Amino acid sequence: MAFLAYFLRRLSLVIPTLVGVTIITFTLTYVLPGNPAVVKAGPLVSPEMVKELEKQMGLDQPFWVQYGRYVSGVLHGDLGESASTGRPVLKDFKQRLPATLELTLASLLIALVLGIPLGVQSAVHRDTAIDHIGRIVGVAGVAMPTFWTGLLALYVFFYLLGVAPPPLGRIGPGIEPPHAITGLYVVDSLLTGNWKALGSALHQLMLPSLTLGLSVMAPIARMVRSTMLEILESDYVKAAWAAGIPRRRVIYGDALANAMIPVITILGIVFGFLMAGNAVVESVFAWPGIGNYAITSLMTKDSGPIQSFVLFVALLYVIVNFIIDILYGLIDPRIRLE
Amino acid sequence: MAELSSSGTAPLAPAPASLRLIWRRLRRNWLSAAALAVIVLMAFAATLAVWVAPYEPDATDADAALQAPVLHHLLGTDIYGRDLLSRIVYAGQVDLAVAFGATALALLIGCSIGVVAGLYRGVIDLVIMRCVDSVMAFPAFILAMAITAALGNSVGNVLIAIAITQIPNYLRLIRGEIFRIREMEYADAARVVGNPAWRIMFIHLLPNALPPIIVQATLAMGYALLTMASLSFIGLGIQPPQSEWGSMTAEGAQYIVTGEWWLFLFPGVAIVLMVLSFNLIGDSLRDFLDPRMRGVR
Amino acid sequence: MSAVIEVRDVSVRFATDFGEVEAVDGASFEVREGEILGLVGESGSGKSVTATAILRLIRRPGRLTGGSIVLGGRDLARLGEDELQKVRGTEITMVSQTPRTALNPLITVGEQVARLFVLHAGLSKADARKRAIEMLAMVGIPEPERRARQYAHQFSGGMCQRVMIAMALATSPRLLIADEPTTGLDVSTAARILDLLRDLGHRTGASILLITHDLGVVATTCHRVAVMHAGQMVEVAPVRALFAHPAHPYTRALVRSIPRIDCEVAMEPIPGAVPSLLNIAPGCRYAGRCPWVEERCRQIKPGMTEIAPDHLVACYAVEDGRARVV
Repeated sequence: MAFLAYFLRRLSLVIPTLVGVTIITFTLTYVLPGNPAVVKAGPLVSPEMVKELEKQMGLDQPFWVQYGRYVSGVLHGDLGESASTGRPVLKDFKQRLPATLELTLASLLIALVLGIPLGVQSAVHRDTAIDHIGRIVGVAGVAMPTFWTGLLALYVFFYLLGVAPPPLGRIGPGIEPPHAITGLYVVDSLLTGNWKALGSALHQLMLPSLTLGLSVMAPIARMVRSTMLEILESDYVKAAWAAGIPRRRVIYGDALANAMIPVITILGIVFGFLMAGNAVVESVFAWPGIGNYAITSLMTKDSGPIQSFVLFVALLYVIVNFIIDILYGLIDPRIRLE
Repeated sequence: MAELSSSGTAPLAPAPASLRLIWRRLRRNWLSAAALAVIVLMAFAATLAVWVAPYEPDATDADAALQAPVLHHLLGTDIYGRDLLSRIVYAGQVDLAVAFGATALALLIGCSIGVVAGLYRGVIDLVIMRCVDSVMAFPAFILAMAITAALGNSVGNVLIAIAITQIPNYLRLIRGEIFRIREMEYADAARVVGNPAWRIMFIHLLPNALPPIIVQATLAMGYALLTMASLSFIGLGIQPPQSEWGSMTAEGAQYIVTGEWWLFLFPGVAIVLMVLSFNLIGDSLRDFLDPRMRGVR
Repeated sequence: MSAVIEVRDVSVRFATDFGEVEAVDGASFEVREGEILGLVGESGSGKSVTATAILRLIRRPGRLTGGSIVLGGRDLARLGEDELQKVRGTEITMVSQTPRTALNPLITVGEQVARLFVLHAGLSKADARKRAIEMLAMVGIPEPERRARQYAHQFSGGMCQRVMIAMALATSPRLLIADEPTTGLDVSTAARILDLLRDLGHRTGASILLITHDLGVVATTCHRVAVMHAGQMVEVAPVRALFAHPAHPYTRALVRSIPRIDCEVAMEPIPGAVPSLLNIAPGCRYAGRCPWVEERCRQIKPGMTEIAPDHLVACYAVEDGRARVV
């Protein structure tokens, strides 16, 4: 019951935010950039025809009416059309979403798998070499623009060493993608036992996911380090030492479990970094995801996909943060039971 | 150990500080000094580019096209034989101006709205905070991208876009500080003496809010530079022939497959150096101005 | 009675930014079979550090710089980390001064007790859970089965301390170190916790090292007392002897500082403060506050002398008879 109240309280905070987000994206899409009717009609059209188009598109109606139509469109999955592909944006999105998802998950995995142990070791061996390495990684990771890290990785591993494939998408040329189940090539090729596709998919995924993973590893490692430092000094960890609980279990069991609570709260921010980094990294590695789609649309001044991408990311961001809040409540008995 | 430190009676004797401590302080200051030097140097070079840059940024030289770094082209040249160092120095004008402008704009607007929210509370505060929540519901870079795309592709719009994403930081900081001061007893005491509310606010607000705002603004310079560079890397904001570090990196990216590494590397190094410097200074300013935050990062 | 643990000349130093600090300077005492030894002193006197040293849990920037800690024929000061881990939680256990925060907030209370049985006694999970509930019942927790499924934040301070005691006694240790176990508890809860410690210590045969700054607690709970001042052991005596005939000038001041209801002696604060442990003189650390101080006190630390059966004092003035024991 206590948890239900917590859940409802969080939910009540999410709804106004969602409304605010859609107002912002609506404003950016329909109100600001010139006259959509003119854009749609092209330069060679008479003012009367523009007026006619405006009427058709409902642009002569008041802001709130237009906003209402926009929201109901979004709710029905209508994100408009892409001017360059001529297809509904939603369709293009669905096709490209698995690529983005695969890259995001792989990067998150790398960031967690490297960042958490680095943070733990930095805290346990404070002021030693590993702590200094961690600090350098942290400072550098925040200061290096993702696109530059990606290019550097390409130059070193593709051009100089030749161990990485050229940046041309999710699977090597001439290799048939695995039968689609989840849409994630790595998972699908594992499920179907398609080893050739698996190897190629992993190979292609290597540099982009490392680039993106390393960029978000820094905040994770930093957070783990500072909370671990605090928790290693806590009374219950001291009590665990005194009770003869083995070292590894104290550090990776008692201490880390408690350190994960604050770490989970920054996963929301990390997710924001991931989404932002995604767009840039996808364009560096020609990764066929929604970020790349949005950036390509920027070049062609195709506003539909861009604004839909922004809306999509913001909605996802709000939802992910909401889920994280709920998760936080589930993990910490002080919230779950109080 | 807790026992030792909790005995408040043991004064810290003015004993000869250990070499370790001296080294630690020196190193910290040395780093900050180096960071400050990098920023000042870059700011001067960019401002005085006309005199400092060895070449005209747009001077082409067909004989020296795609020259790897040599003595008379320290950072090499591009396909038109333009000197990379000169172009980086000139590009610094745009980068630093936008970062500084966006930070200043965000600071001004954020603090003003923050004061309004803090002083009026109630419905006004509620509306303002819902707006802040909505802005913060976007990853900053994505929002900046959307705003630039909507407003139109220009450097000025990039500046506005970056500023908008940073307004909430200052707004929340000021508002929180005002709320905190309201709670404090000395504010009550001052009211009893007959000082008007706004006067109490500003007397206490400035010294309390200034240090975190200075820290925030320094770190924000780094973020603004990164956002600016990323936006122009994906083709937003900067229109050729104007150049900027991010767009230069994007141009250089095409030459990776042919091995002309300096073209993408050096503009990126400029970004990293500047962002790193702002972050380092921000961190040590935080240590210096805000002892409460010490050791947090 | 034979000694369970013998602490001899234990010294602990901490490296600080301002120089080395000797937090414990050659402390010696033993805890005997079945007894409760009180370790008293002002805050900062090194009591807790001494306890931490016994468990060999002093961490950087501190280190154990000398002495021996003999338990069952082995010197803990010379054991490796692996062997120490087997001693901690089985032969020596600890109850801390912060019961509310000494329990892991994410693990149920029952699980925290049970895992000790799994770890140290090799019981199966089910058996361990059963034993854990028995232990909780033994330390006086009502409805132990239900309470075992709860978390620390659902327990009061006194109840948390009972759980800590259950954990400390779960493995039938030879020595239980209780570090200010009643700090932060209200008076009646504190009294009940002390009763429980005394009673269970007696029943399980565990000896107890009770660290406290409260002489009242010592008087009601302990058999013998060891008094520490600024990291040095100044007096060890049976409780009655200590209160009736305090010998060391510091102990005398301490005993006099107890507010009493039954007689009209005014409470006397001890003059001066615990000295800074930085750049301290080599001799007796009470020299700066002592009415009988003489030159050699500042030069050479006085050794422990037996002035009455079982009553040891480290003071030249007492040794020489200049300060007559009253």
